[in-house]
Amino acid sequence: MIAVLLAQTIAVTGGTVYPVSGPKIANATVLIRDGKIAAVGTSVVVPSDATRIDAAGKWVTPGLIDGGGQMGLVEIGAVAGTRDGSLATDSVAASFNVAEGLNPASVLIPVTRIEGITTALAAPAGHLISGQAVLIDLEGATIEQMLVKSPVGLVANLSEAAKDEAGGSRAGVSARLRRLFRDALEYERRKADFNRAQMQPLAAAAPDLEALLPVLHGRLPLIANAERRSDIETALRLAKEFQLKLILAGAAEGWEIAGEIAAAGVPVLVQPLDNIPSYDSLGVRYENAALLAKAGVKVVLLETDTHNARNLRQQAGNAVSYGMSWDQALRAVTLSPSEVFGVADRYGSLEPGKVANVVVWSGDPFEFTTEVDHVIIRGKEVPLRSRQTELFQRYKTLPPKY
Amino acid sequence: MRNPVYLLVALGIGCASAGARRTETANPAARPPASVSQAAAESASVDRAQYPSTYRRHPNPPVLIRNAIVMTAAGQEIRNGSIVLQDGRIVAVGEKVDAPAGAVVVDGTGKYLTPGLIDDHSHLGVYAAPGTDAESDGNEATNPITAEVWAEHSFWPQDPQIPLAIAGGITTIQALPGSANLIGGRSAILKLIPARTVQEMKFPGARYGLKMACGENPKRVYGRRGGPSTRMGNMAGYRSAFSQAEAYRRKWDTWNKDKKGDPPERNLRLETLAEVLRGNIYVQNHCYRADEMAQMVDLAHEFGFKIRSFHHAVESYKIADLLAKEGTSVSVWADWWGFKEEAMDGIQQNAALNQQAGGRPLIHSDSPSGIQRLNQEAAKAMYAGQRAGIPITRDQALRWITVNPAWTLGLDSIVGTLEPGKMADVVVWSGDPFSVYTKAVQVYNEGWLVYDRNDPAHQPRTDFELGQVPAAGSDR
Repeated sequence: MIAVLLAQTIAVTGGTVYPVSGPKIANATVLIRDGKIAAVGTSVVVPSDATRIDAAGKWVTPGLIDGGGQMGLVEIGAVAGTRDGSLATDSVAASFNVAEGLNPASVLIPVTRIEGITTALAAPAGHLISGQAVLIDLEGATIEQMLVKSPVGLVANLSEAAKDEAGGSRAGVSARLRRLFRDALEYERRKADFNRAQMQPLAAAAPDLEALLPVLHGRLPLIANAERRSDIETALRLAKEFQLKLILAGAAEGWEIAGEIAAAGVPVLVQPLDNIPSYDSLGVRYENAALLAKAGVKVVLLETDTHNARNLRQQAGNAVSYGMSWDQALRAVTLSPSEVFGVADRYGSLEPGKVANVVVWSGDPFEFTTEVDHVIIRGKEVPLRSRQTELFQRYKTLPPKY
Repeated sequence: MRNPVYLLVALGIGCASAGARRTETANPAARPPASVSQAAAESASVDRAQYPSTYRRHPNPPVLIRNAIVMTAAGQEIRNGSIVLQDGRIVAVGEKVDAPAGAVVVDGTGKYLTPGLIDDHSHLGVYAAPGTDAESDGNEATNPITAEVWAEHSFWPQDPQIPLAIAGGITTIQALPGSANLIGGRSAILKLIPARTVQEMKFPGARYGLKMACGENPKRVYGRRGGPSTRMGNMAGYRSAFSQAEAYRRKWDTWNKDKKGDPPERNLRLETLAEVLRGNIYVQNHCYRADEMAQMVDLAHEFGFKIRSFHHAVESYKIADLLAKEGTSVSVWADWWGFKEEAMDGIQQNAALNQQAGGRPLIHSDSPSGIQRLNQEAAKAMYAGQRAGIPITRDQALRWITVNPAWTLGLDSIVGTLEPGKMADVVVWSGDPFSVYTKAVQVYNEGWLVYDRNDPAHQPRTDFELGQVPAAGSDR
């Protein structure tokens, strides 16, 4: 009965629809029913009980997906008590799934979603193996309601930062990872011996070795942070050795070996506006996303500043400015992340049967002039309110009325 | 303290635009730089030239950029406009201009022109890339009061972040010490040009700024090593320092009257603070919370100086009326918030609300990344205001990244607008600078083409980059 009561039909009519899965459709309708997209096209019949959203002159796209950051896992950067995205005690935190650290009441969530970002990765950070990342919708009163998929990948570090966890050498990082992977497989083969304490000590605790197995069997991607070209190559080498399903993250110097990455069929998560050189990424440059895409790499664009995940739009616009096509950039914040995180059957495009995360924009989503007119998450329109809009309302005329 | 007045005279700064003069009268603290040296000569606590600028204008042929959309930051947006740059100055702006013989002619069709952008809050050179401890020179975090340190003594001209900022259209920066200390030291006001030494970059005649910091940072850094550990401790720290500076200033001012007998002993810390009290150094105050900014205003009143700008000022919209009345500018981000508790109330309309209240907002970067796209940050802040019903004009938003930061540095009569007589700091943009798809294509710094996106001969590279950072457009 409750399901019936909640059933809701919304028709977004007359807009220019960017389904992403296909070419844009002028003057089209997106019909949403019971949280799903029911129909998309120019000849959709709108039921009489549907709530209509007039999108004439507007742009309609899938909700954007930020494949970076720690949405729901950090409230105030400098207040440790509000951070839940890192397990400080363990350099191999493979069994650490961040889901129960998520805060559905985070004020960052409304701030972000009212600018058209409807889905985000919540990824653990730090150490050699950071833990398991999850994908969440930016709506829902409980963790269960927010989760889109858990886990979507196991995060590992092959960048300079990981050296401290491995004796201070890049070669130590890869050696330690290999030992972990081999020990996990050994543990799997000899669980009985392990339980009888008839094995040499292993490279990690049993739950962490256990958590590595889906990765080693190619069922769960390894999301590897690597910036330097040689580190990216090491990640590719490890993936080949252990037949891993690899996702590269960061990949500052990825453009230098774009062909190699494309040939390996490895997707890359890139923050387009990274270009400050460090000894870990001397070759970092704005054109990275475009050059990777040009070589045939599946690119996902990120905004890694969780508080400003809304600037994913600006990141994408700048990726276009530095050589990506506009269509590639839109795909890189919608359908491509859905594919890379294994939810393309439900997310990332406007197609019948998919989850109805839909945004109505006044214009080009990447352009600063554009405002968000409507945000629909899982078939429900969310109010365009946040703590920040409330602060503005309070102080737009001075003195404020307390 | 002697300033190289001759350079200002050579540039004809005396004939600054009417617009800039209006700006100055609006605030009594603002005086044309020429008078700075006069005041300084009378009362400074030291009787010799210190670390003079060796900046020299780069010799260039005259330049005519024609048929562009000229955004002057002085009220006008001229369609089919042209500009003439000669001997480092803007000599003509308008629909019809006379080009001097031998001028390099640049076709501006489809392009936009703006003044060179100014970032009044940068740590370029003092927190240089590649970001190692060896290059971390921005916080002298050994004492909460370090008024005696000068950012220019840390500044590394080979910081590879400098050419990136130039490519973003930046022509002048204020390089500041960090915010670990209550009083962090003197800033450096620099022309952003390729140079071997910081002295060659020092903006001739510019006053120093003094970095001060409120709130969480000093508390966090010193809380467990002698204090301050509270906000009231912060306040006591500033007050104690300035009360010592008052006595020091009196001693020197008395001696300066007739210079009889031995001069008082120099104290580098108090020397800087005494210059603040004399109005010769501008206070640039890192401060997030509205209530704390109000405390700092009281502190400034107690000791009789002006806070020139509150930096970051994420809550300035809550007291925009007070700050407008005080004549203190606010140097803000378009949308940064939440990275610490005192930044939790940041909103995107901050700049716009300050503008609405009659204040002087500006967009700063505090970031080697953000400095590369101040135009985009201004655009975000402008449209956020407009969407919320605050009618920010394009000219106002452009002023947020040009003449308003120029004012904060005391240089608004010299740079910050495209008007005859101003320094020829000009950016040619590929399109509307408030579009995400627009890039700077040419940057002129006092008439010198320091960057040209389409010409590798005008894409300066630092020593750091040679042989280890691939050049733009290369495929390694």
